[in-house]
Amino acid sequence: MSAKKIRVMVAKPGLDGHDRGARVLARCFRDAGFEVIYTGCHQTPEQIASAAIQEDVDVVGLSCLSGAHRYLFPAVAKLLKEQGADDITVVGGGIIPEQDFQLLYDAGLKAIFVPGAKLDYIVDWFKTNVHPRA
Amino acid sequence: MYFAAEVLASSSTLKQKWEDEVRKSVAKVADQKPEKLWSTVSDLQIKRLYGPDDIKDMDFEQDISYPGQFPYLRGNQSTGYRGKYWTFRMFSGMGDAKTTNERWHMLLKEGQTGLSTAFDFPTLMGYDSDCPKARGECGKCGVAIDTLEDFMQLVEGIPMDKVTTSMTINPPATALWAMYCAAAEIRGIPLTKIGGTIQNDMLKEFIAQKTLMCPPDPSVKLISDTVEFGTKYVPRWNTISISGYHIREAGATAVQELAFTLRDGMEYVEDVIRRKGLEVDEFAPRLSFFFNSHIDFFEEIAKLRAARRIWAKAMRDRYKAKDQRSWWMRFHTQTAGCSLTAQQPYNNVVRTATEALAAVLGGTQSLHTNSLDEVLCLPSDHAVQIALRTQQIIAEETGAANTIDPLAGSYFVEALTNEMEEKAWEYIHKIDEMGGMVAAIEKGFPQLEISDAAYLYQRQVDASEKIMIGVNKYVTDEKTPIPLIEIDDAVETAQVARLQAVKRKRDGKAVKKALDDIKSACKKGENVMPFCIEAVKSLASVQEICDVYREVYGEYRDPGLY
Repeated sequence: MSAKKIRVMVAKPGLDGHDRGARVLARCFRDAGFEVIYTGCHQTPEQIASAAIQEDVDVVGLSCLSGAHRYLFPAVAKLLKEQGADDITVVGGGIIPEQDFQLLYDAGLKAIFVPGAKLDYIVDWFKTNVHPRA
Repeated sequence: MYFAAEVLASSSTLKQKWEDEVRKSVAKVADQKPEKLWSTVSDLQIKRLYGPDDIKDMDFEQDISYPGQFPYLRGNQSTGYRGKYWTFRMFSGMGDAKTTNERWHMLLKEGQTGLSTAFDFPTLMGYDSDCPKARGECGKCGVAIDTLEDFMQLVEGIPMDKVTTSMTINPPATALWAMYCAAAEIRGIPLTKIGGTIQNDMLKEFIAQKTLMCPPDPSVKLISDTVEFGTKYVPRWNTISISGYHIREAGATAVQELAFTLRDGMEYVEDVIRRKGLEVDEFAPRLSFFFNSHIDFFEEIAKLRAARRIWAKAMRDRYKAKDQRSWWMRFHTQTAGCSLTAQQPYNNVVRTATEALAAVLGGTQSLHTNSLDEVLCLPSDHAVQIALRTQQIIAEETGAANTIDPLAGSYFVEALTNEMEEKAWEYIHKIDEMGGMVAAIEKGFPQLEISDAAYLYQRQVDASEKIMIGVNKYVTDEKTPIPLIEIDDAVETAQVARLQAVKRKRDGKAVKKALDDIKSACKKGENVMPFCIEAVKSLASVQEICDVYREVYGEYRDPGLY
């Protein structure tokens, strides 16, 4: 078993202040033994991408409940890719209608978690699908 | 003592007998779940039964009394709902001003009695629709308002001297309220005739909702400006709606919602007295409150009843208010968005109805009922209509409004009300010891208390210790087709074009002068409101006014506590 811990950044892009899910997940990841960075609310996609690279995280979890995910999530994925960091896994969560899932997968997101997802399920998904970067 | 000695003696004997019976029965058939799981949604332990000994220490005159009499446990108004039902006030806003105006007219036609504005995120945060930070958000979560031109369209055909309007707006509250005042003036309606509410409660933003702009102290200063301006010139306006709703939605328990909200209220009272030199009775009657009504029926009723009693005591004893209207806690209630589920969404109608009934039995003066689809998207016309009809059914069919405070005297409800009040005071005193709410916020105290509660609750839901039907029990795979309202991205393009057209045609010099006047008022510590009204009339935008605040007072960033 790898000794290296998963480093996760929980990020709130845009102007949305609904941060309950993000805060609960940050705690949950910490309890699961991950290294957690929580950005707080109101980050631009540029701030998130550059912080993710600087902090050398393995995965970015984006949370948005305002309806702006269609613009904000792909923007973060694109910026990471442009800066040569597309090995950072990007996932998203919040109020995301199912009809938007494909658009987000096409933009490079690897998973979407919506209300009702259990914390342990999300942690397991991370453990299975996110690998600490070399 | 609430009961005669012989009643308590006889109760004690009978209780003994009942307890013996329970022990025997439970030995044969165990309870369905362990003792600790018979608790409220906030994890407050509830007993199997309440009786006279649970409320024996109450003093009828001091603790219960009558409606319209101290401590207002049973309501502010002596007539209850017979003179007037609570205000049916549905929170609504979407897309551009024209679309929202149409929804408002539809709601008034359907029997709504007050308006309530949902702004989009850029407006809520004090950014214009053309700001890079606003990309993707325009009109999504509410209506986009940039300048007075948008606002005039928003209130088109609305009788501003008859219908009261609530505006959920916080950091830019001065700018949006200035627009309402300016719109009334343009229509020839004097400021003394308009009525409504601005939410304008920044403390709960730092604690929970995170619509942030400037640091706490100047944020509170701007609020005190509006309280002072309202007291002097707009006497029918509630210049603040001290809000527990968002605190609860962020994951707080009912007691935390109660305690933090009321302590926020006390902080504002102290600030207005200190900063503005007003007497408490000059402004306190216009302070209003806003609570959540969550799914735990009795806990919510007890919370609302306790809120009135705590506030009356605080205003009379702590702030020495003499006018009984200062002792009244007047509040709006909204059913709990966080109790709704995306799974089996039609169940949400039942949840909302239950929560609305609790709000009414708790004596609310105004109510918003959530629509069944709000967990998925902006509510459709049809879903909003069901939500509004829910209130109308409670008011006019169920008989819930026939008599005042029908649960008073219930052993359980009175005991729970007392317990919540006691626990709330413990928090209030703790925050006093920290130096007040601003100091407590700077320490992260309320934020982390809420995080603890939110995390615990999620763990309990995941472990099926707290049940959410359709999420962790009675789960089905079926997909319920719900027509989703979506705001087209074209709204953003059109709104940006509209703003740019306004900026081209307005008198740039007048705008600059008006903004300079606001800046100078900020620097001198003067009241900004008169200058904001002039600025919006010159067609200065929401962001231009807020940029002045950001420049003078600095920006506050979410410290990201979890």
